[in-house]
Amino acid sequence: MSGLAWAFSRDLTLAWRHPGEAMLTLAFFVLVASLFPLGIGADPQLLARVGPGVIWVCALLAAFLGLPSLFASDHADGTLEQMALSADPIAAWVSGKIAAHWLSTGLPLTLLSPLLGLQYGLPADALVTLGAALLLGTPVLSLLGAACAALTLGARGGGMLLALLALPLFVPVLVFGAGAAEATAAGLSASPHLSLLGAGLLVAAVSVPFAVGSAIRIALD
Amino acid sequence: MNFFYFSSPSTFFRLAGRLAPAFFILAAVLAAAGLYVGLVQAPTDAVQGEVYRVIFIHVPAAWMSMFIYFVMACYGAMALTFNSRLSAMMARALAPTGAMFTFVALWTGAFWGRPTWGTYWVWDARITSELVLLFLYLGFIALSNAFEEPRRGDRAASLLSIIGIVNLPIIYFSVQWWNTLHQGSSIKLTGSSMHVTMLTAMLLMTFAAWMYAIAASLVRVRSVILERERRARWVRDLGRT
Amino acid sequence: MNEARLAVRSLAATRGPATLFRELSFELAAGEIAAVRGPNGSGKTTLLRCVAGLTRPDHGEIQRSGALLFSGHLPGIKDDFNAEENLCVALRMRGLQPGEAAIHGALARVGLESRRRVPARRLSAGQRRRITLARLALDDAKLWILDEPLAALDADGEAVLGQLLARHLESGGLALVATHHDLPLARAAREIRLQP
Repeated sequence: MSGLAWAFSRDLTLAWRHPGEAMLTLAFFVLVASLFPLGIGADPQLLARVGPGVIWVCALLAAFLGLPSLFASDHADGTLEQMALSADPIAAWVSGKIAAHWLSTGLPLTLLSPLLGLQYGLPADALVTLGAALLLGTPVLSLLGAACAALTLGARGGGMLLALLALPLFVPVLVFGAGAAEATAAGLSASPHLSLLGAGLLVAAVSVPFAVGSAIRIALD
Repeated sequence: MNFFYFSSPSTFFRLAGRLAPAFFILAAVLAAAGLYVGLVQAPTDAVQGEVYRVIFIHVPAAWMSMFIYFVMACYGAMALTFNSRLSAMMARALAPTGAMFTFVALWTGAFWGRPTWGTYWVWDARITSELVLLFLYLGFIALSNAFEEPRRGDRAASLLSIIGIVNLPIIYFSVQWWNTLHQGSSIKLTGSSMHVTMLTAMLLMTFAAWMYAIAASLVRVRSVILERERRARWVRDLGRT
Repeated sequence: MNEARLAVRSLAATRGPATLFRELSFELAAGEIAAVRGPNGSGKTTLLRCVAGLTRPDHGEIQRSGALLFSGHLPGIKDDFNAEENLCVALRMRGLQPGEAAIHGALARVGLESRRRVPARRLSAGQRRRITLARLALDDAKLWILDEPLAALDADGEAVLGQLLARHLESGGLALVATHHDLPLARAAREIRLQP
């Protein structure tokens, strides 16, 4: 567990030194979400209907933005080697890094989402569900994205390639996440969606760090 | 002869060279038979008329697209666990064929959908997950070619194929769930049970596609081997003879 | 604890289509130091990375006993952290948590005392290298694998590295060093030559 602790505190400290990056992610999130009404019209009923989906897609893209730098800078300055040779298991410190990444991107997105929901005229209970779904879903995005980020370390066309790898894997999270808020808006129970998201989070949290670990070993080889 | 005899690239190169034409011939014969049964012998469908015959391309392509991904992931797993270069090369050689079948399945699906459903594209669960599968293939191909060091690409893409195969059922399940939620398009195949000649034709075409996939990947793995081993003596000797 | 030991048997590695080295064998016992020499591109770094366990060799085996400290040609120093923080983080990765006084002392020893709170982005290449030296001073690993440790160091820095190496070897450590320069040691190191 010490590996998780040092990686987490280190990455969080680094993120804290550059709050601008997290702010940029948030600005992107809000900006893209505000482009949709301009593109599809400001009909309140239409917006309320597409709101959850649009906000989820925007959150997904915003969460994706920070991924390329998750391992790349540590790879470039040699820290990743030192981490790989540390006494702690690779999955432990990888989990710490992913947790820190989520705390600096996924959590702010989640906290901001009710505001966007209001802009789209979502009812109050749908706002709560949207927040809950993002709270469960964005960590999964961070985990899956981390695996893809580790795979593309040192690859040509890094960012685009990462998008091609990661976005298809995000499909289930999007479906269940947006579905939860839509179900609430339609007067149905969101709990099946949220349970599935929670189950997905548990499975991803215990399995993905190992995949990331092997991807990093491959990258350093 | 031991188990690893054919895992040497030079031996496998020759073996693949001998096997590939046989599989191509087999594929051609099966395809000819399948097309004959499917286009000539099979009766016209009561509901859809002649247009249903695209099924003889569409369904085998869709089956192969999923099957090849599975085989590719198995090769990927072998490449990572046994550190065998040839398995990774096979995975790499299979990917374009798999992507091709996925594309064919989507393409023929669209042209089947137009006359029967009145639209080229519906966001049906199967079609959508087939589209995601195409992206998984493209991601695999892109990742395997994204590195200076080809073995780095081999291993990264092998790991990706394993991540993909684990996620594929989840993706399929989620899309199906999503589809039932959005009651938009509840399209089913015509209820009539399938005629036995139709089934025969479809199976023949499936085996043809399978044999073709083997043949095409053998040819492709030969060029991968040549490219990798271009400095090796046996390759330079090939050039002289 | 076991004595530090490093044994390499019939190691082979390739980079792309080119073979770097083949049938490479050597053994180092506690208190021994070996310098890996060879022209650029002869596989020094690859050999070190193989020994450290980062790169998988094509053939051969490596036996190590004792904790390992690898210092690659990328020093693993974060621009946003100052010298103290960089040192702390690097040591925590190795499972060590030295007190403030020890950190202070190590940085003083490598001549970074006055610059210990300056972000690493404002340090020169040689000063950054000295953070790595401070790490060597505090780490208790028995196996040192150093890739070009003398790069960017001035005469003072070389002398510090020499002292650290001498103390390390006396206390039963062993070291494998890839370098183009002469090591700042009183006694001659064993040589492992790599031919291109």
